[in-house]
Amino acid sequence: MRLAAVAAGGALGSAARYGVGLLWPHPTATLIVNLVGCAVLGFVVEAVPARRRLLRLFLGPGVLGGFTTFSTYAVETRVLVADGRPGTAVAYVLGTLVGALTALYLGTLAARLLDRRPAA
Amino acid sequence: MTLLLVLVGGAVGASARYLTDLAVRSRFDPVLPLGTLSVNVAGSALLGLIAGLGGSLPGWIGSLVGVGFCGALTTYSTFSNETVQFARGGARLYALLNIALTLGAGLTVAALGWHIGRTL
Repeated sequence: MRLAAVAAGGALGSAARYGVGLLWPHPTATLIVNLVGCAVLGFVVEAVPARRRLLRLFLGPGVLGGFTTFSTYAVETRVLVADGRPGTAVAYVLGTLVGALTALYLGTLAARLLDRRPAA
Repeated sequence: MTLLLVLVGGAVGASARYLTDLAVRSRFDPVLPLGTLSVNVAGSALLGLIAGLGGSLPGWIGSLVGVGFCGALTTYSTFSNETVQFARGGARLYALLNIALTLGAGLTVAALGWHIGRTL
């Protein structure tokens, strides 16, 4: 059951990533996917309670794990270097890293802010 | 047809990531998230190889294995979440180590796979 939740989420997340790739050029599409996916995961980790285990698996390792990608990011970096754009490659590597970590943290903050409001 | 291939590859890739993570946790109980690290490195090497082979491969392999399987096997969101959890818990050294290992190994094997694919 848990594996099915991860598999179903992974299929949906991958399809969404493919869809974003049709709308934007690479590597911009991958940057969007990874930043958005990290922000939403930060929110999910904080907002979905631990007892909702299947929902957490479906959304976390499933949808968002399937949506975000490291392999495409790594290969796109190599392609940028091969295209004679090493500066862009470095900016892409570091921009995604810093952006993803920041987005994830902002997602957790957003969940905590929303959590506090109804209790007031 | 492409969407179907991405859905199937994504379901299998996310499942493989989940099972790898479970296996690594149950056997080694590592301080660093070695499950996520290993899928990110393995998926980057495989996608590098596929990208390097490029036009010599039939298109459905790129959709099924590249976009679907490798895209979902690897993850930026879980990597970011695990890194931020280290940092929030005060384990800054582990956060930096996780970043250095993931980026160092992932980018290196993607480039290696790409190079091998091009020379084959």
